[in-house]
Amino acid sequence: MSPSVPLQEMIRAIRSARTQCEERGVIQRECAAIRAQFRQADNGGRSHNLAKLLYVHMLGYPAHFGQMECVRMIASPRYSEKRVGYLGAMMLLDEKQDASLLITNSIKNDLSHSNQYVQSLALCTLACMGSAEMCRDLAPEIDRLLRASNSYIKKKAALCAVHIVRKVHELGELFAPAARSLLAEKNHGVLHGAVVLITELCERNPETLERFRKTVPDLVQIMKGLVISGYSPEHDVAGVSDPFLQVRILRLLRILGRNNEAASDAMNDLLAQVATNTDSTKTVGNAVLYETVLTVLDIKSESGLRVLAVNILGRFLLNNDRNIRYIAMTSLQRIVGTDHNAVQRHRGTIVDCLKDQDASVKRRALELSLALVSATNIRSMMKELLLFLSSCPLELRSQAASGIFNAAERYAPSQRWHIDTILHVLTTAGGDVRDETVPNLIQLITNTSELHCYTVHKLYRALLSDISQQSLVQVACWCIGEYGDLLLRGECQETEPVQVTEDDVLDALETVLQSHMSAPATRGFALTATMKLSTRITDNVDRIRSIVSIYGSCIDVELQQRAVEYNALFKKYDHMRAAVLERMPVIEKNSPGHTNGESTREAVKEVQPAKVKQAETLLPQQPANQVCDLLDLLGGSEEPLQSNPAVGSTVPVLPISTSSTAGGDLLDLLGGLEPTPLTPAPTVTVYEKSGVTLTLSREKQSDSGLTVTLTASNSTDSDISSFTLQAAVPKVNLKMRIRISYTSQGSAFQDTVQVDSFPEH
Amino acid sequence: MIKAILIFNNHGKPRLIRFYQYFAEDMQQQIIRETFHLVSKRDDNVCNFLEGGSLIGGSDYKLIYRHYATLYFVFCVDSSESELGILDLIQVFVETLDKCFENVCELDLIFHMDRVHYILQEVVMGGMVLETNMNEIVAQVEVQNRMEKSEGGLSAAPARAVSAVKNMNLPEIPRNINIGDINIKVPSLSPF
Repeated sequence: MSPSVPLQEMIRAIRSARTQCEERGVIQRECAAIRAQFRQADNGGRSHNLAKLLYVHMLGYPAHFGQMECVRMIASPRYSEKRVGYLGAMMLLDEKQDASLLITNSIKNDLSHSNQYVQSLALCTLACMGSAEMCRDLAPEIDRLLRASNSYIKKKAALCAVHIVRKVHELGELFAPAARSLLAEKNHGVLHGAVVLITELCERNPETLERFRKTVPDLVQIMKGLVISGYSPEHDVAGVSDPFLQVRILRLLRILGRNNEAASDAMNDLLAQVATNTDSTKTVGNAVLYETVLTVLDIKSESGLRVLAVNILGRFLLNNDRNIRYIAMTSLQRIVGTDHNAVQRHRGTIVDCLKDQDASVKRRALELSLALVSATNIRSMMKELLLFLSSCPLELRSQAASGIFNAAERYAPSQRWHIDTILHVLTTAGGDVRDETVPNLIQLITNTSELHCYTVHKLYRALLSDISQQSLVQVACWCIGEYGDLLLRGECQETEPVQVTEDDVLDALETVLQSHMSAPATRGFALTATMKLSTRITDNVDRIRSIVSIYGSCIDVELQQRAVEYNALFKKYDHMRAAVLERMPVIEKNSPGHTNGESTREAVKEVQPAKVKQAETLLPQQPANQVCDLLDLLGGSEEPLQSNPAVGSTVPVLPISTSSTAGGDLLDLLGGLEPTPLTPAPTVTVYEKSGVTLTLSREKQSDSGLTVTLTASNSTDSDISSFTLQAAVPKVNLKMRIRISYTSQGSAFQDTVQVDSFPEH
Repeated sequence: MIKAILIFNNHGKPRLIRFYQYFAEDMQQQIIRETFHLVSKRDDNVCNFLEGGSLIGGSDYKLIYRHYATLYFVFCVDSSESELGILDLIQVFVETLDKCFENVCELDLIFHMDRVHYILQEVVMGGMVLETNMNEIVAQVEVQNRMEKSEGGLSAAPARAVSAVKNMNLPEIPRNINIGDINIKVPSLSPF
């Protein structure tokens, strides 16, 4: 009696349970009964119980107590019990369980059983859950079965061998000769298994791949047989003769022909034949065609064939069947790197697929569109992509946004377009962009100084309409803080001016500060922006003062700290306020992944900023001969000197150095709130005379370079003008000769100093 | 490689689950739920390929599914399998079930879960496609079922006796035997 009848009764009982609770009760009772039965030594209905247990397992209830029973059933001589036992082993056991070791012996015995169906059960189980040890043990047995058995067993043994090779790579060598001889079989099932095995062996081991290249003619022969031969009813699926085998062979040919001229030549004819003869009205025909196209594009095929292949893909793209379109886009994705122009021709269709209802098709179209963006089509593509972004499904949004950013960064035709695009993305999908977007955007804005006015106007308008997109709000606050004066001035070439009063601006910032939608980071931005405005506006400084002092008792510790420090800036250090809150410098372009510029400059004693700026401009104007004089002075050094002076030393043009974290980390500046400069690196005073001091500090030694910062300061009461600095260094030893010249109180000074040793880090 | 084969109905109840990679039981149920969630959202005229299941394998895996009446047949495969080929394989599997069960319906899958597993074992083995010829598969399954029936053992005896007698070809029993004037009425026995 088949195990089905008691099983069916149990299933009926479970199905008649009306609630989940009732079902659990029924199952618990059944499991208890099964457990009791397992404990009994020998009874006729063992297979029923295991079948019941497997059903219960499928519904999700624990079934581990059946593992030992599986082992016992497998060892039973009766076929019905073996069958259920092996099924149970495949469902309940895996190599991590101890019980799986116990079935190794049974499998070994069953592999040489007289009944082929018992052998097949053993092979199946080994292929499903064979551990590495089991595979090693039984590999010779499998090899024997590969050579000398009937076709039913051979095909199963072939797939079992694949599993063994996956588990224990070294055994691939063992199966290679048997695999080779299997190619001569007529039975399609065996051929299929053999091709899968050879594919696996070739993918694992390049030497095996070399050896199997010799089989290309045989494979071509088999394929020809399948394609040309007349109607063969047993293998026919909708008019195509054994499409599954054809697909497998094509895949193997692809692997064998890759990067190999000779093999590719041997298959050219065949591929052309398959491509033209296969009927593409049914799915199976399309499966074969698709595989052919992939093979043609992957091997070194002749150009005519490649053109044919891309045309077939183009036809697929226009097919009504969505599956075919999806498949076409997947394969175009694979070749967009190599055959870019060919794929570009289909750009229109691909962009249309962005509007398809199907989410899978949309996903493929998005990836492909992003890959097709180039400098020539950037404007039109971006329009489509932005349209897509506004209506795309949620799971694709962040991918689309970051793709758009990358494309914009690489191919932006103009700065203004770039900024517009980023703002557009932030307004539509601001919640899904990555975190680096904010500092990147701020960096971009700072670097386009001519567009500051335009940018701040646009951002202000965006801020007024919607304060829920955090990234947008953060950037907007930062810009308003930095360029608030431009906003208030009201005029702007690029966009319509809008009359903005100081109160409006402060209102906007306060709304952000108080809104429950603002994240803590955003509120930090807003507070700092408000503070910066205190130097940019004239009338409402008191209002700013009051805002800042209110937040001095805010619950958020970060905000409170900022507010307290800003308060101090108002009260005790008002004289420094203007300098501290000055415009940010142009931020250096950092490599992706660094959201912070590393701080490279130290804070400096108060120096008249305007005067020192001049020195920078004067430096390149020095005539060459003076430079050479300086180099001669270095005498005594063996190596040739660099012709360009002034390596690595800079006169800091800013009174305050900042870390270039956009986000207003003025906190770093205010350090300990002392006027004395922070000197993180050891410094050495190299020159001190008549009030002019030069100090050198050495920082950030990397593998290839070293940053030395030279600071010049003036401690006299009078101004210094026309400050010029020249420095020369030899290539190897770290020495420096510095010449300075300046004008003070009407008289010119000049001096030279040599630095032989640098401060150790 | 095929990572898993799932059959569930329109409400998400599993009818057959086969994983070719080890997952703990609760993980298996979670995967079924997630897959059902993804597949049931799909319209009827969209393509049969789905990406985006995170539990069952990540970026290289996609779900290929077909919806037949009340059942979803879902194969979770990686990039080494031809997508259109798997779509056809699902068709072959369903046609095989139809042949083995005679107009298969969901109830057949529910009550004969073990038989469905044995049929599947002839089609896919160890995550790899084994046989795609429907007739071959059906023939092998028949032989194995006969083998199982033939060694029914003691408990099978009554059932076998009943079926044996049913199939017995009894000649027609005459109701009245007329030999001249003697009329012997044969008692009517209830038919076997």
